[in-house]
Amino acid sequence: MSYFSLSRWLGIVAKEFIQLRRDRLTFGMIVGIPVVQLVLFGYAINSDPKHLPTAVLSADRSEFTRSILSGLKNSEYFSFVGEARDEREADRMLATGKVQFVVTIPQDFTRALMRGERPALLLEADATDPSATSNALSAINQLAQTALVHDLVGPMAVLGASPTAFEVRVHPRYNPEAITQYNIVPGLMGVILTMTMVLMTGLAITRETERGTMENLLATPATPLEVMTGKIVPYVMIGLVQVSLILGLARGLFGVPMIGNIGVLYLAVLLFIAANLTLGLTFSALAQNQLQAMQMTFFFFLPSMLLSGFMFPFRGMPGWAQTVGEVLPLTHFLRIVRGVLLKGNGFSEIGSEAWPIALFMLVVTVIGLRFFKSTLD
Amino acid sequence: MAANGADLVIDVHGLNKHFGAHHVVKDLALTVRRGEIFGFLGPNGSGKTTTIRMLCGLLTPDSGEGTCLGYDILREPREIKRHVGYMTQRFSFWEDLTIRENLAFVARMYGMPERKARVEQALTHLGLADRATQLAGALSGGWKQRLALAACLLHEPDLLLLDEPTAGVDPKARREFWEELHALSARGITVLVSTHYMDEAERCHKLAYILSGTMLAQGTADEVIASQALVTWAVRGGDLASLAVTLRELSAVEQVAAFGTALHVTGSEADALRQSLAPFMNDPALQWQEVAPSLEDVFIHLMNRAQATGPVVAH
Ligand SMILES: Nc1ncnc2c1ncn2[C@@H]1O[C@H](COP(=O)(O)OP(=O)(O)O)[C@@H](O)[C@H]1O
Ligand SMILES: [Mg+2]
Repeated sequence: MSYFSLSRWLGIVAKEFIQLRRDRLTFGMIVGIPVVQLVLFGYAINSDPKHLPTAVLSADRSEFTRSILSGLKNSEYFSFVGEARDEREADRMLATGKVQFVVTIPQDFTRALMRGERPALLLEADATDPSATSNALSAINQLAQTALVHDLVGPMAVLGASPTAFEVRVHPRYNPEAITQYNIVPGLMGVILTMTMVLMTGLAITRETERGTMENLLATPATPLEVMTGKIVPYVMIGLVQVSLILGLARGLFGVPMIGNIGVLYLAVLLFIAANLTLGLTFSALAQNQLQAMQMTFFFFLPSMLLSGFMFPFRGMPGWAQTVGEVLPLTHFLRIVRGVLLKGNGFSEIGSEAWPIALFMLVVTVIGLRFFKSTLD
Repeated sequence: MAANGADLVIDVHGLNKHFGAHHVVKDLALTVRRGEIFGFLGPNGSGKTTTIRMLCGLLTPDSGEGTCLGYDILREPREIKRHVGYMTQRFSFWEDLTIRENLAFVARMYGMPERKARVEQALTHLGLADRATQLAGALSGGWKQRLALAACLLHEPDLLLLDEPTAGVDPKARREFWEELHALSARGITVLVSTHYMDEAERCHKLAYILSGTMLAQGTADEVIASQALVTWAVRGGDLASLAVTLRELSAVEQVAAFGTALHVTGSEADALRQSLAPFMNDPALQWQEVAPSLEDVFIHLMNRAQATGPVVAH
């Protein structure tokens, strides 16, 4: 007697598809979650906020500094809401969120400028919400080149000829690595896959246990291998549909570049889906009911969101958090997706991120098999 | 049928099963012959479902051995599953699949040839052909039970294990169900059926009574009744309600139960019982008559005795 019958297996796959189709809510979630998330995240980040509140801490006033400040103002990104008396007040304004930026003009700025010493203008940014500041930050670098064009005339024109007469030292506070929209949209793909894949498989199997239909299934000659794999196949397809949906929207709505090979990306997606499905299966082997499967999923999902580099820049996290992050498949998947889409990485570059996912899957499978019961014991 | 040349379809002994510290099935032995309708009785929680699950490979016994359809229950559960139709206590087909989809799925799981034709045949036989596209969840209790039986029979099993199949089903549907079981038995299919109903117990060829995991009696209804050597007197007339209270106080009287207009007074010692009842027998308002003890009298006797003698305690 065979331990794997294709006909039985197809029967289980077909049954799962039928049940999925009748489950409107789940079906809606499959399509709805990626679209809603992507649009929400994408547009929130796509917005190009202007007139951000800015304070000035000026220890030097001259024609030049006035030109620089009015240049900042004309860029429309900065709106001067006040002057800080000292550094402490400037700090407080940033900390309380009263301003997004503090422009500090150091003492002797003008003198140093005239001597051609390329003095530094300090721009402190509250980068907790990097999407709010990133465009402003790129604007200020442009500005450094053009702000003084009209002022540096005559003998001082030579100063303007050098790359820039002064330097802007940007000091993003609270969140040193600015995540851009290009960064987050591909990342969202990994987050959505983690969420739906782990949860759906976990639920699909505990549902049978909870409704008592598992007893019926186990009483037939169907083998555990057929049941388990048969039940997850539909979710592999769902994962692929979600990925395609996200990629399509990312491209169509946000113009996210796709430099690398899409085939490579889909292979990585399959590996990642497989890792999440095995985790879902293992959860379902451990959970007594759907609620527990759901709780376990969230217990896994939260650190994945927080420590993978999706929410916070990975390099900005403390050592222990990075260590935890390195274990999570999402961390590596995010690097792969960003690498493939944005940097054009191929197999040779993503290998070092693929094996930790595979290892995770192996370990989880071993645990799952230990706990999976082919009887009702 | 393999090995066990004899006609024993189920032949197990020494079965034990624990759930944690809870000893649920104790040294259980069971023999069922081919074509028999074997009734499996016992109060809730006595281990009927657990025993049935061990017979079809859904639970692994902690100890014990035996065969089911000639296949070893420990080593060949897959063969057993192939030839057994198991109807679970709770309806366990897929309520979000239609009737036809459920049957088709089962047919596929058993790798049956000519699946489509057999499913249609089963639908017609069930009388559900025109409702085949309804979701199984929309069926009433009686229809669910018929669907479950049809699904269990689809792969033409040699043995049916039915776990309280008629719980919550109306009397007419119950009667039809039992007629169907007898028809199956006449075709040589063996049926093990657990039940609470005494009338159903009386429709079985053989019976077993299990209490707190221990098999207390096994045999035909007459054998089971005879094995306990009970004496039962029926009494009519007079104020039976107050008489029942008085009689229960007598040490030789084990049980007093009302049956319609009569009281059944049962004890295990014929002489002692007669002596105790003698004063009441002289009462001209009462008519006394010795009757055969019923199955129910015997089962209640078994339960009381188990409670009194200790090692087996119902909870
Ligand atoms: N999976 C299980 N885990 C723990 N205890 C169980 C399990 N299944 C049954 N039991 C316990 O075993 C006893 C016998 O149950 P069961 O076989 O269902 O009895 P019956 O079918 O005769 O009502 C009950 O006390 C029940 O609570
Ligand atoms: Mg039961």
